[in-house]
Amino acid sequence: MNTFDYVRPSTVPDAVAAAAAPGSAYLASGTNLLDLMKVGVARPDRLVDITHIAGLDRIERLPDGGLRIGALVRNADLAHDPDFARSYPAVAEALLSGASAQLRNAATIGGNLLQRPRCAYFYDPFSACNKRAPGSGCDALHGENRLHAVLGWSPSCIAVHPSDFCVPLIALDAFVEIEGRNGRREISLDALHLLPGDTPERETALEPGDLIVALRLPARAAVFAGHARYLKLRERTSYAFAVVSAAAALEMEDGAIRQARLALGGVAAKPWRARAAEESLAGERPGEAIFRRAAEAALADAKPSGDNAFKIELARRIVVRALALAAAGTPARLPALPGSPFSSAPGALHDA
Amino acid sequence: MPFCISLTVNGVKRNIEFDDPRVTLLDLLRERLDLTGAKKGCDRGQCGACTVLVNGRRINSCLALALSHDGAEVLTIEGVAQGEALHPVQAAFIAHDGFQCGFCTPGQIMSAIGLINEGHAGDDPERIREAMSGNLCRCAAYIGIVEAVQDAQKAIAEAGRRDAA
Repeated sequence: MNTFDYVRPSTVPDAVAAAAAPGSAYLASGTNLLDLMKVGVARPDRLVDITHIAGLDRIERLPDGGLRIGALVRNADLAHDPDFARSYPAVAEALLSGASAQLRNAATIGGNLLQRPRCAYFYDPFSACNKRAPGSGCDALHGENRLHAVLGWSPSCIAVHPSDFCVPLIALDAFVEIEGRNGRREISLDALHLLPGDTPERETALEPGDLIVALRLPARAAVFAGHARYLKLRERTSYAFAVVSAAAALEMEDGAIRQARLALGGVAAKPWRARAAEESLAGERPGEAIFRRAAEAALADAKPSGDNAFKIELARRIVVRALALAAAGTPARLPALPGSPFSSAPGALHDA
Repeated sequence: MPFCISLTVNGVKRNIEFDDPRVTLLDLLRERLDLTGAKKGCDRGQCGACTVLVNGRRINSCLALALSHDGAEVLTIEGVAQGEALHPVQAAFIAHDGFQCGFCTPGQIMSAIGLINEGHAGDDPERIREAMSGNLCRCAAYIGIVEAVQDAQKAIAEAGRRDAA
C-alpha cells in the first residue's frame, strides 16, 4: 500500500474542499477502498475520511412520502430499518443478499454505489486493464471471462458492476444527491454509472471532489411493495457476487399488472434497467409466457464478451423466476437466504 | 509519533500513538497491543478470522483503518471471558466441537456474539448458517458451529431471564 495524507473533516463543505487536491479519495468504511489499496490498484495521495461528519447517517421520511438515506447509513442498518424494508422490500432483500454480515455492518450506502469492479485483471496490477491503466489493453477479453458482461460492454472493457443494492434501486428510480465544488445537485442513479465505451477509466458521472451525500427513493416506488423481489444466482450459497441477478417489482390491479419494473445485475458495467421488458408487461396478466417474453426483451441486445454466452440464457431464466416470485407476492418475512434460488436446508422452500 | 487515537479496548481506554497512517485495526490490535486472538487470515475481508466487535457490531478488522476508528469501543476475543468463566459462546464451541485447528475460532466466536446481539437469525439453523457465512472454517467444523450458536443463544436468553427475575 502506498502511504497517504490523512484528513478528517467534520463538515461536508470541509470534506469537499479537502478532496479538491488531486489524488484525493474519500474514505467511508473502506471495505472496498482499503482492499484496492492493499493490492496497489488504488493509490490515493490523500484520504479524506468522511466517517466523522455528523448527520450523514440518517434515514428520513420526506414530506412528499419519499425516503432520504444518508450516504453513511450502513448496509445492515438500512436493510433492517422496518419502515424502509416495508416500503422497499426488494432493496432490503438485495442488501441482505450481498457480502457477509461483517461487511454489511461496516459498508455504507454511498460506498456501495461506488464499488469498483471485481474483474480479476482490474485487481491485478500486472495485467493489462484499460480501466486501471488507460490504453494498456484488456486481458479479460481473452482471459478468464465467464462472469463478465453480456450487455453494454465494449472491446475496451467487459467488467460488470458488482452491486446488488443498485439493481432494485435503479428499477425504482432512485436519485443520488451530490455535493461538489459548485454546490449540491442531484442525478438519477441511472445517470451515475457509465458504460465503458472508449473511456472505461471513467466509471461514474462524478467530477473530482464530488461527494455523494444521500440517496433518495421516491414515494411512488412504494406502490410495488406488495410484489417486489430480488433474485441472485451465485457460485456458492452465500457470500458471493452475482453471476446474474434480477430485481422485479409489479404494481397489481384486479389481477393484472398495472406497471412493472425490472433491472438486471451482473450483466453490465452498470445496473441494467430493462425498460422495454417493463413496457411489455404493462396491462398483462402474470404468467410464464409473458414473463418469458419480457425476459427475451430484456436480453434482446445481449451478446457474449467471451466464454459467457451461458449468462444470457441464465439471465432470461432469472428474470422469469424473479417476475414469478414478485407476482406471487412479497413474503411477510425475508427468506432465510435472501435473494437465493436455493435453500441450504434440504427439502425446505427457499422463500418459505 | 504523528498519529494518536483513543480506543476503548476490552473495557480499557487507551491512547495509542503510531507513525504510519496505513495501520489497520487488525494490525494495531496484533502488532501494537499484543492482542493476537484476532487472526490475519486473508487480510482481504474474505475469511472472517479477524472479526471483532466495534461499538458492539461485528466487522472485519482487516478492512478497517485504525485512524478512522478514533474513539471507538473494540471488543476482541481476549475480552469476552469473565476471569476464568468462559463466555457462553466460548463454552458452547467447546461443548459442540465447533473447531478443529482453532485458527478461525476467535473470529467465529466474535461473529457468533455479534450475530446473537443482532437478533435476526433466531433458532433457525439456515438463518444462522447464512448469518455466519462471513467466517470460513477450513476444517469444516460448521455443523458444530451452528449447534454452538443455537445453544449459546439459548443460554444467553436464559441468563437474561434469570437476571430480569
